Amino acid sequence: MEFLSAIIAGISLGSIYALIALGYTMVYGIAKMLNFAHGDVIMVGAFMMFIALTKMGLHPILCIIFGTVICTILGVVIEKLAYKPLRKATSLAVLITAIGVSYFLQNSAQLIFGAGSKTFTSLFGSGNISLFDGQIIISHNTIVTICVSVIIMIGLTLFINKTKTGRAMLAVSEDKGAAQLMGINVNKTISITFAIGSALAAIAGALLCSSYPILSPTTGAMPGIKAFTAAVLGGIGSIPGAMIGGILLGVIENISKVYISTQLSDAIVFGILIIILLVKPTGILGKKMNEKV
Amino acid sequence: MAPLLQVDNIEVYYGVIKALKGISFEVNKGEIVALIGANGAGKTTILHTVTGLLKPKTGKVIYNEKDITKTPAHKIVTMGMAHVPEGRRIFSQLSVLDNIKLGAFTRKDKDEIEQSLKYVYERFPRLEERKNQIAGTLSGGEQQMLAMGRALMSKPDFILMDEPSMGLSPLLVSEIFDIIKVINEGGTTVLLVEQNAKKALSIADRAYVLETGTIALSGNAQDLMNDESVKKAYLSE
Repeated sequence: MEFLSAIIAGISLGSIYALIALGYTMVYGIAKMLNFAHGDVIMVGAFMMFIALTKMGLHPILCIIFGTVICTILGVVIEKLAYKPLRKATSLAVLITAIGVSYFLQNSAQLIFGAGSKTFTSLFGSGNISLFDGQIIISHNTIVTICVSVIIMIGLTLFINKTKTGRAMLAVSEDKGAAQLMGINVNKTISITFAIGSALAAIAGALLCSSYPILSPTTGAMPGIKAFTAAVLGGIGSIPGAMIGGILLGVIENISKVYISTQLSDAIVFGILIIILLVKPTGILGKKMNEKV
Repeated sequence: MAPLLQVDNIEVYYGVIKALKGISFEVNKGEIVALIGANGAGKTTILHTVTGLLKPKTGKVIYNEKDITKTPAHKIVTMGMAHVPEGRRIFSQLSVLDNIKLGAFTRKDKDEIEQSLKYVYERFPRLEERKNQIAGTLSGGEQQMLAMGRALMSKPDFILMDEPSMGLSPLLVSEIFDIIKVINEGGTTVLLVEQNAKKALSIADRAYVLETGTIALSGNAQDLMNDESVKKAYLSE
């Protein structure tokens, strides 16, 4: 029963990683860049929801919508100001810029909200459900997290595969030039991708801070890096890969915490990143990179 | 009547390398015009400049009496120009049908798109048989057909084809060229880039011979086929 609890908590944590990893992997697939500022968008989203809840006294649902809208705009603006001018630059320049944006967001948050951490109140209530005569206790947060993540993942999969915009995204991620020849506006498609990725990050922020209620300017950094690991584990650029990688990583992390050591769990997670990069850099579902001649 | 496409003294650079050194040519409505020349002569660069994937440093591209030199590639498609790129560049992860449908990306009318789809299937029955297959698993010839079918889905007045014969068996090359001819007879103007000069000249009305970024020769396709220097350099006779 302890094992089952650990698995359920792991799936819940993993679905948050998966939501964040989706943003990483979609942006990578389309813009061929690692947006290391992605984790900090989570933090911005969580702060916005925190303010909406505590200062503006909005209904939790409205708080989530408020934070998500702000993050969506933020993602598009970051892309326009920081990454678009570098469309033809080397990938190293883009990577360094992304790290710069990450620091910019963290330090701006520190300036505005202070460096101290705040206690985030769960947006989904604090109740529990107990199963098997109290042998397994599942919090409302866990249930909401898993349900919301599953709905979003199904929705996103349908969006990518069934809508015109979704197929345009797949086309752009495979061949920008050929996509343009179809009449697809590549810049617009990249903006849409950043918008979706950032919206998912905001929702992930709401779920994350509801389960782990400490909010500070660096809140997004660690989950961001872990979600990146999840994206690499699943195969960077692959949408189902990010989902599988995220959930797998959450489960591994939680089981390590329960059965091995709390302190070592992060080391185990990042150890996985190193092993994957050494053994199978394309990840579980990653496609072989075809070098264009 | 003004030409459908007029390219006026374009110069295109790749970094510091001057790939096109002042190219001018025109394509009239209803024609098949061939651009022939050796590897690296600048044929593909010309097509990319016409469809907007590359921008010239100087010179103008005029299509349907509109200056499209600075128009982005995705807008040029909506003006009735389609480009079948070199190496096909189909979306290999998507299904055949998804690829074809992406060709109609800029069109809204569902019934008309359905009609175009029928037209493409008539022209290329093989694509209908394989519509649910992942495009990357098609053979080279089928991929060429897919690239052509995809381009036709935008219902173009003007179609640019880059090396449609590349990597295909002689039998398939003939099949592809027959289809180009049929597409042209249907009223679509064709600009054809080919290394297979003999085949290209055999279906073209007019042709331009390119040599390292400049036009060396131009004229009636039939005349060029009988030209001694062309024969020697490109028809391996």
